[in-house]
Amino acid sequence: MARIGVFVCHCGENIASTVDTAEVVCASAQIPGVVLSIDYKYMCSDPGQNLIREAIGDRHLTGVVVAACSPRMHEPTFRRACADAGLNPYRCEMANIREHCSWVHDKSSDATAKAVDLVRMRVEKVKRNCSLFPIKVPVTKSALVIGGGIAGIQASLDIANAGHKVILVERDPSIGGHMAQLSETFPTLDCSQCILTPRMVEVAQNPNITLYTYSEVESLTGFIGNFKVRIRKRARGVDEKLCTGCGVCTQKCTSRKIPSEFNTGLGHRNAMYVPFPQAVPNKPVIDRSRCTYYLKGKCKLCEKICPAKAVRLDQEDQIVEADVGAVVVATGYDVKGADFFPEYGYGKFPDVITGLQFERLASASGPTLGKIKRPSDGKTPETVVFIACAGSRDPAKGIAYCSKICCMYTAKHAMLYRHKVHEGKAYVFYMDIRAGGKMYEEFVRRAIEEDEVRYVRGRVSRVYERNGILVVNGVDTLLGARPLEIEADLVVLASAMVAQKDAESLAQKLRISYDRDRFLSEAHPKLRPVEMNTAGIFVAGACQAPKDIPETVAQASGAASKVIGLFSRDELSREPVVARVGRNAAPLFSSCMGCFLCESACPYQAIEREEIRSRDGSLLKTVARVNEGVCQGCGTCVALCRSKSIDLDGFSHEQVFAELLAV
Amino acid sequence: MSGSRSGSLDGSGLSARIHHFTNESVLECYQCGKCSAGCPLARDMDFPPSYLLRMLQLGMPVLDEQVLASLSIWLCLTCEACVARCPKEVGLPRIMDFLRQESLKLGKVNPKAKEILAFHRSFLDSVRRTGRLHEVGLIARYKMRTLHLLQDVLAAPKMMARGKLRLMPPRGAGKSDVRKIFHRTSAADPTVTQPLSSSDPQRCREEQS
Amino acid sequence: MRMGFFPGCSLEGSAREYAESLRAIAPLLEWELEELPDWNCCGATAAHCLNHTLGLALPARILALAESAGLEELLVPCSACYNRLAATRQELQQNVELRPKISQVIEMELAGRTNVVHVINALTRAANNGLATKLKEPFRHKVACYYGCYLTRPLSTASCKRAEDPQEMDDVMRAIGAEPIDWAFKVECCGAGLSVTRVDLVAELSGRIIDDAVQRGAEAIIVACPMCHSNLDLRRGAIQRNRRRRYSIPVLYVTQAVGLALGLDRQALGVHRHFVPVRLPEVSCAARAALTREDVVHGEREL
Repeated sequence: MARIGVFVCHCGENIASTVDTAEVVCASAQIPGVVLSIDYKYMCSDPGQNLIREAIGDRHLTGVVVAACSPRMHEPTFRRACADAGLNPYRCEMANIREHCSWVHDKSSDATAKAVDLVRMRVEKVKRNCSLFPIKVPVTKSALVIGGGIAGIQASLDIANAGHKVILVERDPSIGGHMAQLSETFPTLDCSQCILTPRMVEVAQNPNITLYTYSEVESLTGFIGNFKVRIRKRARGVDEKLCTGCGVCTQKCTSRKIPSEFNTGLGHRNAMYVPFPQAVPNKPVIDRSRCTYYLKGKCKLCEKICPAKAVRLDQEDQIVEADVGAVVVATGYDVKGADFFPEYGYGKFPDVITGLQFERLASASGPTLGKIKRPSDGKTPETVVFIACAGSRDPAKGIAYCSKICCMYTAKHAMLYRHKVHEGKAYVFYMDIRAGGKMYEEFVRRAIEEDEVRYVRGRVSRVYERNGILVVNGVDTLLGARPLEIEADLVVLASAMVAQKDAESLAQKLRISYDRDRFLSEAHPKLRPVEMNTAGIFVAGACQAPKDIPETVAQASGAASKVIGLFSRDELSREPVVARVGRNAAPLFSSCMGCFLCESACPYQAIEREEIRSRDGSLLKTVARVNEGVCQGCGTCVALCRSKSIDLDGFSHEQVFAELLAV
Repeated sequence: MSGSRSGSLDGSGLSARIHHFTNESVLECYQCGKCSAGCPLARDMDFPPSYLLRMLQLGMPVLDEQVLASLSIWLCLTCEACVARCPKEVGLPRIMDFLRQESLKLGKVNPKAKEILAFHRSFLDSVRRTGRLHEVGLIARYKMRTLHLLQDVLAAPKMMARGKLRLMPPRGAGKSDVRKIFHRTSAADPTVTQPLSSSDPQRCREEQS
Repeated sequence: MRMGFFPGCSLEGSAREYAESLRAIAPLLEWELEELPDWNCCGATAAHCLNHTLGLALPARILALAESAGLEELLVPCSACYNRLAATRQELQQNVELRPKISQVIEMELAGRTNVVHVINALTRAANNGLATKLKEPFRHKVACYYGCYLTRPLSTASCKRAEDPQEMDDVMRAIGAEPIDWAFKVECCGAGLSVTRVDLVAELSGRIIDDAVQRGAEAIIVACPMCHSNLDLRRGAIQRNRRRRYSIPVLYVTQAVGLALGLDRQALGVHRHFVPVRLPEVSCAARAALTREDVVHGEREL
């Protein structure tokens, strides 16, 4: 026998000023099955919740309907109150008479009638609600971190130091990411590698971290707490256990003059190389697309001269499979090259470079050993023009957003240049100066006031080359939009920060969302910055949006804390609103016919096939089965099932139809 | 009304009229100055292009007046370098066209633009008469309008010697069709296509303004 | 290949040699040019500056004439005419409400079926279809290809793919054996219609163009627009006064250069009509020896 309690909330004036709550109370009391119908000013308040708790005890309620705001607001509140009082929380539902009624209509008898209808519908449903119990899912306490830049490094260390195992996968031969390419970091002008390499070494030495470099994630299947990852360890051509990192092979390699990726094309490397001296792991890699042996079958010098006999030219890619419970995506960013800008020469002027290339020039371990030199002729530039917002904030070029870090690094570059070339002149063409972080504003003022960098407010229309000098056609809008032509020896473009080229395909592989700029989409822009909509996958760093190093590290630690929180339990509790394939007794076993339309339709790949076998092992029937751990309760399969064999707990056919018929 | 996203696009101000007739919004411009940096004649204008847009953005009548009376809109070469490099793709050429037409309609043409306007008018006069441009006719009309009688006088014999001076006006050429086109479009803008005569009211106005 | 032909007003007068050279090379390139009967002026800059509807109606009549003659393509030599025709076609295609209004003004139906093709694009087609095999005297000179504004802007209707550093004319010149130089003023405005009213500004703008081309060793400037030609050639005197030096670099229409390479006579190509005499340095023996017919045939550079 149903014993339903109806609780009508005034929500202050939000509901009461439009809907006649007393009338709703009266009308609800008439509904068969309702044994209690009361109202209160604020049901979500403590006294309000107490009313519910007491009523459950006093009146032995079998179901509760709270006529108030949207369930998105307070369903958890009221369900918790019911659970406290001993009533299964899934027997409590809300009738939304605020967002669906009082907030969208004017005060009238029609509005009240609608509210009465809404309550009646809910009551009819709740009469048919069943008790549901959270689904428990085991948790593998091992994390996968994709990307070995500062974000991935920080997250890995945090998780490992909390006592859990971490697999860190990095595509490049070494971890370190873009931070390893930087010369000095703002606002302190710390040497970037000096503060990064200790962390890199820590990663290598931490017993909880398994580091796979020169590797990529091939596939990820499963669900929160229970992922299976396949990692492709690309063939380095070297047995890492035997290699001592002596470097003889990289020096003697005969295939030379290959533009170095680490040095952004400003320096060279050989086909067998270690990207930079402080690389972790410090083991070389053979670039098979350039190695004489793989191209023409000759040479093999490295194999001959390696003192440790560690070269393995016939090495093949290896696939590693692992079980993990959580994933942190920290794949970082890319930077647009000078060829992106038609008005700055389509990349054909060697002395028009990007900010990242300037970092390599300024870096003590870079191709010019830290001296600022023109790539074209190696001379020291006497006038350098820095162009901010190159590509960013530029809808015409397809990048409408601000890349956030350029104002700061441009100031830094200008300062570094002035420190290294005392007589040099530095100009910065800017639109705005965005220096919101700690000590950032002071940093920029220092560039202007102490290092005498000339800031010009206006953009540059075009740059062209004449007799070895670069002519920069800019404007000073603070001087009445007066055109300004400057002859420069070097032009540095603060080029836009963009998502990695394969960000989209990786996101699709992991089944996580991304936006139109291919940055990964966090679950909520304000309140859930490190979680993805896909449970168990977290994000950190510039792959989510442009950001600087302090923010990246903070986000990485945030993601790590979510993972550690996840691993703090042995089991996960999931909402039991999941689909279920009906089972019957023999000989039917299930009305499911095995058409598996549900399997292909399920957006979460939560439907599996189950074989029903007789006692002697012969196959009787293959039917669908819902994996409770993955199912999100969307109901797509329920709508599609031709034999109505699959139903949704919490929103069953019977419940939903009862609701509709009650209108 | 569509496009009324802020004060300047409402009502009867110049920016509102621009938006209504050309569908371009001056609010899109974030004053980066790239157009002024790349405009071939920015240095010769009284208000470089981005500055002109700023004057329009504020929606103040006194600035609107200055825009319509500026020399910039007449010096503009319609080379389209501005919009080609503009990060917000603000349709400056289209806005400039509109400003020229408004300036003319409201009789606010900058006196220094007298010759340029006279040239355009002479051009159209010639086309209206014969359906095609008669270069000699254009120059003749221009000289009469501006009284720069000796301009380029030395070029004439050289052109003649090279067979480039076509003295006879073009014939046929859909003359009557073109005349009708002018007639139908002059209703939209009567000041454009009045025939030139010695007591030309346009000329008097030009000299006074 | 049968193409409609819209000469434009200046080709009848001050740009006569452009028309002459175009008509001279047409049969050699197998172009059948059908001049539009009764064509009118496109309105150039004056129309769209002073009256928006007029600025659309005049080009619209031309497009309607081509369409009613059943022409798929309309060849246009003048860049300004090209710009107006292409812009009008695009505006009428995008703005559906405008079409009946303009139709009414011109008293003709217009569906926008005819494609507007600039001479540069037609030459590119020829270059891709064995132009190099027809050469009698490869044009072995260093040239600065000057595109100006209307060939490259606005990008949505332009005849060139790149707004900065376009290559279409350069590729055509390569196909006829020339060496186009890389220079910085390919798409900077020459001063356009201010030629009569503000010669001082034209002298400044065109002067910069000539100066850059000359400094980089160009032996000739190649153009595809009567306005540009006029500003760089006819106004040479003013330019020289402005920059206080002499420039003898000749300015050739691209059709003239192609004509010379195809072995046509200078008189037929109207080369004698220029203000700046067209004197090109003799190709040095070493250079001639270095280049063979093969070099020219395979000389087209991939972008």
